[in-house]
Amino acid sequence: MANEEYVTDDSSSDFTEYWIDLFLGIKGNEYFCDVDDEYIRDRFNLTGLNQEVSKLPTLIDIITDLIDIESQPEEHRDALEHNARILYGLIHARYILTSRGLNKMFEKFRNGDFGYCPRVHCQLHPLLPIGLNDQPRLASVKLYCAKCEDLFNPKSGRHSVIDGAYFGTSFPAMFFQNFPQVIPVHPKETYVPKVFGFKLHEYSKLSRWRQFQRISLEKRLVSHGIEVVNVPGGFLVDGPREEDSQQ
Amino acid sequence: MPSDPEDDYIPWIQQFCESFGHDYFVPIAQEFIEDDFNLTGLSSQVPYYREALYTILDYQVETAEDHNDDSSNINGNGSNLNSTKLPNKALLAHSAELLYGLIHARYIISKPGLTAMASKFERNEFGSCPRFYCDGMHLIPVGSTDIPGQETVRLYCPCCNDIYIPSSSRYLNIDGAFFGTTFPGLLVKMFPEIENQCRIRINKFNQNDFSLKLFGFKINELSLSGPRMKWLKMHPRSAKEKEEYDNCEFSIPIRGDGEVDPDALGSDLDEEVEDDEELEEDDDKTMASE
Repeated sequence: MANEEYVTDDSSSDFTEYWIDLFLGIKGNEYFCDVDDEYIRDRFNLTGLNQEVSKLPTLIDIITDLIDIESQPEEHRDALEHNARILYGLIHARYILTSRGLNKMFEKFRNGDFGYCPRVHCQLHPLLPIGLNDQPRLASVKLYCAKCEDLFNPKSGRHSVIDGAYFGTSFPAMFFQNFPQVIPVHPKETYVPKVFGFKLHEYSKLSRWRQFQRISLEKRLVSHGIEVVNVPGGFLVDGPREEDSQQ
Repeated sequence: MPSDPEDDYIPWIQQFCESFGHDYFVPIAQEFIEDDFNLTGLSSQVPYYREALYTILDYQVETAEDHNDDSSNINGNGSNLNSTKLPNKALLAHSAELLYGLIHARYIISKPGLTAMASKFERNEFGSCPRFYCDGMHLIPVGSTDIPGQETVRLYCPCCNDIYIPSSSRYLNIDGAFFGTTFPGLLVKMFPEIENQCRIRINKFNQNDFSLKLFGFKINELSLSGPRMKWLKMHPRSAKEKEEYDNCEFSIPIRGDGEVDPDALGSDLDEEVEDDEELEEDDDKTMASE
């Protein structure tokens, strides 16, 4: 390691950092957490990834700082760096489903590193990244709000170019299986457009039908003995008002 | 506009609409402001109403700074009283912005205002819906109340019928009352093209409605982390759902076992009570827009 500090004179910093730290420091990579060296070096965790990137062993060495990218032929450097980032992303998608990865992502979730839900009724609930596909190069990363259970586009253009496969489709589901304590109470409010104080009929009707669907869901849940009033996974009821689904 | 290209003079309205973070506003037509009828009731809501109005219209306004022992006064009272009656520049600027905002809320539900806002909507100047399945639907600014100083501006997506916080913090100090509660409803009804765009998007995405999956398996509804909010963005699809939808014509239908949901109805009623309070202020607006 000490050797490399002399060899490398990276353009983005005066002194050498670990590849992963450099990668995480790049603007736009705030969604990623750092993957343990041991996890990357365990070949079992990388099963199948050689189909996604070429020169897998070299890339692993680059990511884990065993070899320096500067020692590679210059014409290959860009491609290697590019592939190293893809590989890191794909390992990341697997890593964040492990318990260490989940804990790291939990910290980031609590810090709001993934942003907050823009929906007014969600009251700035922190978001989680999610991919729509597990294969790379298909769709960019989306953000999942657990309060309204909906998908949002990242606010910043820097984030909307990140491949969704670097987080995977299973991550939020796994996250809430692991941390049931952060499952929110869902707000019930809906918005109906009004003209001079009067609700527009067709929107109001749709909203009533949706409320009806919600009430049906509550009844189904209650009939299975599941509490739904002001509990995680249930619905927010303010005040001591009596909820009929409680009966 | 009375501006001379030789001068550096920029009309107040233009200056206001071009200043940082004010890009949701449209310039109000001078005639609209000059018609006293459109301003009914505003004099009680805005301090230094006259002066604020004159500022907006670029008339000469006296402020406390440039009025020292001048003899001119408003009410013919003593000069002591006089100086307290005259606004200082900062207060006046604030009053003018408040007054402009309140007139703006009325203007954008009049015909020329709606048209001006519609073209802003077309150009996507209010931003796109952050929701993935809305596919970049353009947003419409809305206030959650018509009383100034209560809530900042929100953005309504006609596609998912939900309201969002503006993505940029520069809009977080813009009063929602400057756009009003009525505007989005009126806009979608005046321009049915907007509803068409929404219908296309809804049909495009409803078939693969999203739910969390773990290694490809959906989470069961009974699980704590199971889907609980699908109703929020649902549209009636199957014959049964359409029938239920028709039953929701006037109220949430009474359940088969004879139970009415007091909560769902109750929340509706609560909102209606609020609406009534707003109605009084809305009255003159109704007339103004005609």
